[in-house]
Amino acid sequence: MAECHPVGFQWVMEAKARGATVIHVDPRFTRTSALADIHVPLRAGTDIAFLGGIINYVLQHEKDFREYVVAYTNAATILTEDYQDTEDLDGVFSGLDPEERTYDFHTWQYEGMEVQAASGQRDQEYADQPGGRKRSTKSVRQAGRGEAHGSGGAAISGQPQVDPTLQHPRCVYQVLKRHYARYTPEIVEQICGVPQDTFRRVCEHLTDNSGRDRTSAFVYSVGWTQHTVGVQYIRSAAVLQQLLGNMGRPGGGIVALRGHASIQGSTDIPTLFNLLPGYIPMPHAHAHLDLDSFIQGESPRKGYWAEMRAYMVSLLKAWWGPAATPENDFCFDYLPRLTGSHSTYETVMAQLAGDCKGYFLMGENPAVGSANAKMQRLGMANLEWLVVRDFSLIESATWWKDGPEIETGELRTEDIGTEIFFLPAAAHTEKDGSFTNTQRLLQWHHQAVEPSGDARSDLWFVYHLGRKIREKLAGSVDRADRPILDLTWDYPTRPMPSHPGDAEPDAEAVLAEINGWDAEGGPLSSYEQLNDDGSTACGCWIYCGVYSDGVNQASRRKPSTEQDYTALEWGWAWPANRRVLYNRASADPDGRPWSRRKALIWWDGEKALWTGHDIADFTAAKSPWYRPPTDATGAEALSGVDPFVMQADGKSWLFVPAGLIDGPLPAHYEPQESPVPNLLYSQQRNPVRQIVSMVHPNDRFQPSGGQPGAEVFPYTMSTYRIAEHHTAGGMSRYQPYLSELAPEMFCEVSPELAAERGLEHAGWATIVTARNAIEARVLVTERMTPLTIDGRVLHHVGLPYHWGHGGLAPGDAVNDLTHLSLDPNSHIQEVKVGQCDIRPGRRPRGPARVELVKEYQRRAGITEKTGTEI
Amino acid sequence: MAPVDIVIGRKPDLTGAMLGDTDPAHQGGYVDHPPRMGFFTDTSVCIGCKACEVACKEWNAIPEDGLVFTGMSMDNTQGLGADTWRHVAFVEQRKPLAVQDPGVLHDGVDVLALAAQGSGTPPDRAGMTPTTPGDPGDLRWLMASDVCKHCTHAACLDVCPTGSLFRTEFGTVVVQEDICNGCGYCIPACPYGVIDQRKDDGRAWKCTLCYDRLTVGQEPACAKNCPTNSIQFGPLDELRERADARLARLQEAGVSDARLYGRDPHDGVGGDGAFFLLLDEPEVYGLPPDPVVTTRDLPAMWRRVGAAALVLVGTAVAAFAAGRRV
Repeated sequence: MAECHPVGFQWVMEAKARGATVIHVDPRFTRTSALADIHVPLRAGTDIAFLGGIINYVLQHEKDFREYVVAYTNAATILTEDYQDTEDLDGVFSGLDPEERTYDFHTWQYEGMEVQAASGQRDQEYADQPGGRKRSTKSVRQAGRGEAHGSGGAAISGQPQVDPTLQHPRCVYQVLKRHYARYTPEIVEQICGVPQDTFRRVCEHLTDNSGRDRTSAFVYSVGWTQHTVGVQYIRSAAVLQQLLGNMGRPGGGIVALRGHASIQGSTDIPTLFNLLPGYIPMPHAHAHLDLDSFIQGESPRKGYWAEMRAYMVSLLKAWWGPAATPENDFCFDYLPRLTGSHSTYETVMAQLAGDCKGYFLMGENPAVGSANAKMQRLGMANLEWLVVRDFSLIESATWWKDGPEIETGELRTEDIGTEIFFLPAAAHTEKDGSFTNTQRLLQWHHQAVEPSGDARSDLWFVYHLGRKIREKLAGSVDRADRPILDLTWDYPTRPMPSHPGDAEPDAEAVLAEINGWDAEGGPLSSYEQLNDDGSTACGCWIYCGVYSDGVNQASRRKPSTEQDYTALEWGWAWPANRRVLYNRASADPDGRPWSRRKALIWWDGEKALWTGHDIADFTAAKSPWYRPPTDATGAEALSGVDPFVMQADGKSWLFVPAGLIDGPLPAHYEPQESPVPNLLYSQQRNPVRQIVSMVHPNDRFQPSGGQPGAEVFPYTMSTYRIAEHHTAGGMSRYQPYLSELAPEMFCEVSPELAAERGLEHAGWATIVTARNAIEARVLVTERMTPLTIDGRVLHHVGLPYHWGHGGLAPGDAVNDLTHLSLDPNSHIQEVKVGQCDIRPGRRPRGPARVELVKEYQRRAGITEKTGTEI
Repeated sequence: MAPVDIVIGRKPDLTGAMLGDTDPAHQGGYVDHPPRMGFFTDTSVCIGCKACEVACKEWNAIPEDGLVFTGMSMDNTQGLGADTWRHVAFVEQRKPLAVQDPGVLHDGVDVLALAAQGSGTPPDRAGMTPTTPGDPGDLRWLMASDVCKHCTHAACLDVCPTGSLFRTEFGTVVVQEDICNGCGYCIPACPYGVIDQRKDDGRAWKCTLCYDRLTVGQEPACAKNCPTNSIQFGPLDELRERADARLARLQEAGVSDARLYGRDPHDGVGGDGAFFLLLDEPEVYGLPPDPVVTTRDLPAMWRRVGAAALVLVGTAVAAFAAGRRV
C-alpha cells in the first residue's frame, strides 16, 4: 500500500500511531513491509491456502464472533443433500461439467428453498427449451454474470431452513468446518512457505483483535485479484471477516485499493462489458427477451434489488428521455445484448480474427499494461482504425513504428493497415469531474487551468463525437440508428476561453443526470424515490442523492476539524452518503452497539429510529423486532435483524449458493503455472478458469507442478508496481521528474538466486517464459526471500511492470511474458504469479529473440495442449 | 501559517559574535523578525515515496539530472546536489524492525473520543500506543529524506564573496541565483556536502526552504506533499519540542537506536534549522557524525597568520637592522 497508494497509507500510519498492529502479507519486502509490525512473505499464488488456514484456526478454536455469525450470516442455513464439497469430490464442487468447463450451480442451494442464481435463472428457463441448454449455459456464464449486483447478490425466494445451534451436519457452519479442516498450519507452511510460528502469530493477532470490542480490516489490491482464482481470494477474506464479525462495523471491512484514482467510479458507472450503471446486469441476447422477462430473471423478490425495475426504467428514461415509454418497454430493446464474454481479451482475439475492426483506447496502454502485450500489439496491427486518447504518445500509439515486433521482424510497418488517430487528453487538473475512491466516496475536482494545445477532456471528446455522429445520422429512417438518434444528448456547454469557438460540456449537468430527477424535473434525493412507471429518470441509481437539492454534494469540503470522525460532510458516499455499508451489523440484534468502543449506529427506542455517527444502511424506522409478513416483498420482506439489505435473505454469505462461477466456497488451486502440485487436492488448477486463447501460437502455456518440462521454468515471478511509476507508465515514464526516480526496467532477485544463476548486481538479466523473453537490470536485494516450499527452496523473481519501449525511461514490458488465463468471474488476467527462467546478460536482438523463446518451448515440450487441462 | 511581516533593509548586526549568537536572523541583522522556521524530518515514519523529491523539483523548476539506474536499493537520484534539493536515502539492513507490542490493550482508552478529535489530530497528541520492540523479522529498510540543514552557523554564507548567499528573516540560508558568480567557494565550505555547482551554468544551488512560499505564508513544497508527516515544517522551537517528545516516546518504548541529529544548538554548527530523527548512526544514512562549521577556526587561523606575519616582519626588520651593523 505504501508502494502503490502512498497517499492513502497516511491513514495506516495514523492508525499505527494510535496502536493498530499492521501485518503485511506479500512475497516481497516492500515499503509497506518496512513500516509494518510483521511482514509475512509467502509464495505468490497461495493466499487462499493462507487465508483458509486462518479460517480453519478460527473454526477449530471457536474464535468466531458467535452471536454475530448466528444472527447476521448464513452460517445456520441448511444446504440441500445434493451439495457435494471439494471434500467429497477431491477438489471440485458438485455440478462440474468438465467438457464445457462450467459449473451447474443448482446443487449449491439452500434446503427447502427455491434458490435462483442471478446468473442462471434466465439461462435455466432458456435451457429448458429443446436444444438450448449447453451452449447458452456457457455463453451466459461467460458473460460475467458473477459481477452483476455488485456484491454478488442473487435472486432467492422462500424461507431458508436454519439451525441456530449450528449443529446440523448440512448447515453452512458445519460444511465450512469440514471444508477447511485440511487447511492446517502444517499444510500452510508446506504450500505458502510461511513458518508455523509466524502463521500462528498472525492468527492470534487477528482473532485477538476481533470481536465485540475490536475490529480488524483487510486491505488488498490487484495482488489478490489478478489470479485465475482472484474472486475467491476476496471471498476467503469475506468468509474470515464474517466469522470474526468485522463487516458493517467501524474499523472493519475489506478495503479494495484500486489501480487508478477512479476505478471504483468506472465500475459503478461501468466501463465493463457486462454491467449497466449501478451493477444492473447487461441483458443477454436471448430470443424475445423483453423488459419484464429481464427483470423477472435478474431481480430477486426480497431486499433492495427487488426494486430493480424502478432502477432500470429510470436509467432508460435518463438515456432516452421522452422516447422511452411504457408502450415500447422504455426502449429496453435499444440496449446492446451480450452473446458471451466480451472482455478486453476476447476483444483482442476478435481483432486477430478480423472481427473487431475499430478500437478506442482512452487512458489505457494495453501495448504495455495488458497480459500478453504482444498479442495486444498484434491485435491492434489487424485493425482498420485505432483511436488513442492519452497525455503522451504512448506505446499503444507508436507500436507500428517502434514496437518490439518491428525489431524482431514479426511486423513490418509498411504491411500494417491500421489507421491510428492520436488525440491528446486533458489531465484532471484541466477539467471538472469527480473521483470515486475505494470508500465509494465521490470527491469533486474543479478545473484549475485550461488544457493546453489540442488536449481536451474525455467528456468533451465523447460529447462532441456523439454530437457529430448524430448530425451525420440525422434524418435516417434505419431502425438501427434510433438508439443513437433518440438519446438525450443536450448537455449545456461553456466556451473555452483559451480555445475560441470550442465548447466544453458542463460536467455538473452530467452529474445532475446521474443523480436523476422527478416528473417535474426536480432533483431526486434518494433511490427510494425511483419509480418503475417512467415518472423518474436516474443515470445511476446508487448515485441518486449526489445532487440532492440541486447541490453538488460531492464538492463538499468541510474540514475534519469541524465535524465528527465519520466526516459526513466531506464529499458524498454512495449509497445515500453512508460511510460504512451494512452498518446495521454494528449493533446487536436488539439494536444496541456491540460495545461502546465500536458504536456506530443504534436503535433509538424513544424516537423509534436508527441513529448514530453514520447514516443507517437500513430502513430508518424499521425496529429490530420487526418481522415481515410471509407475503412481503422488497425491503419490507427483510426483518429487523437482516443487516445485509442487498442480499435477498438479508444475511451475509459465508457460503454463496448462487452468483459465483467457480464454487460456493474458496478452495486452494495452484496458479495456471506453478512449480508444485496442489498439495490439498488432486485438482491442480481452478477447473473453470477462463482460457481465452487455447490455441494461439503466441499464447502458449507452460507445464506445471510435477509435469515434465516444468523444470525449464523453475522460478516463480510476480508483476507489481513501485511507488515511482504509474501502471503502464503513460502518466509517469513521460515525466522527467518521475523517470529519474526509476529510470530503467529492473528485476528484483535474492542474493541466493543471483548466486545460483550468476546474476550480477546492476548488470543485466534475461527473463524467459513460453510467451517471450525480456531483459532487465538486476537489483540483488535481501528484500526478496527464498521460501521453502514442500521441502525445496523456491526463488522469486520480482518484476515491476511499468516499462515499455517508449518514453524517457524505456525498457522491456513485463506483460510480454504473461498469458491469457483468466479468472472466470471477473475475466481478469493472472499476472501476479507465473513461472519463468532467468539468465545473466541481455536478451538477443532481432529474430534471435523469437528463436530463444522457441528453443525454450521445445526444451519444455510445449504444445498447444500444454496447460489447458481442466 | 499567516503571512509574516518581512523586515528588510536592516543593517546587519556585525557586532554579534559569530559562534555565540544562536538566533541567526538576528545575527543576520534582522531586528523584528518572524520566528526561525525549519524542518523536522522524522525518518521513523518515512515510507520512501519520494513525493518530497518530486514536489521540490516541480515547485522550484529544477532540471532533471540524469536517468541512471544505480542499484542502490530504490535510490536512483543518489544524493543532494545542484539539481536534487530533497533526497531520499534507502538503507537495507539485517537488523530487527522495532515493532509494536501485540498485547497492548485498549481498556480505558476511549477511541471514539480519540476519533472524534478528527483525523487532523497529530499522532503525538493522539493517545498513541508506543512503538515497542517485539519479536520481529530480521530485515529492516530505513528511508530518510535529506535536505540542506540551514545551519545556525553556515559556512557557505561566511565564505560567499558576492553576498549571493544570505540569511533570510526566517533564519534560513538562501542562494540568490542572479547574484551568484559561480566562484564555488561555498561548495567545499559546506560540512554536509549539500550545496553544489550546476554543471552547465556554474552557479551554486541548494534548498531555499521554499523562501518564496514562506514569504506568502505557505509551507515548503516537500512538507506540503509528505503523506505521512515525516517532513514537518514549523517554528524551530516548536519542532524541537515535538521532536524531543517523539524521541522520548520511542526510547521509552525501547527503540534505543533512535536519536535526534542536528537538534543540539551546541553542536559544531550551532544546531541545524533542518534536523532529523534517525534510527541508526548518522553514517548509515550518509550523514557526517560530527559536523563542524568549516569557518570555525578562521578567526583563530587569521590571528595565527597575523602573529606569524608579525614574527616574520619582526625577524626581517631585525635582520636588516643587524645587517646594517655589520
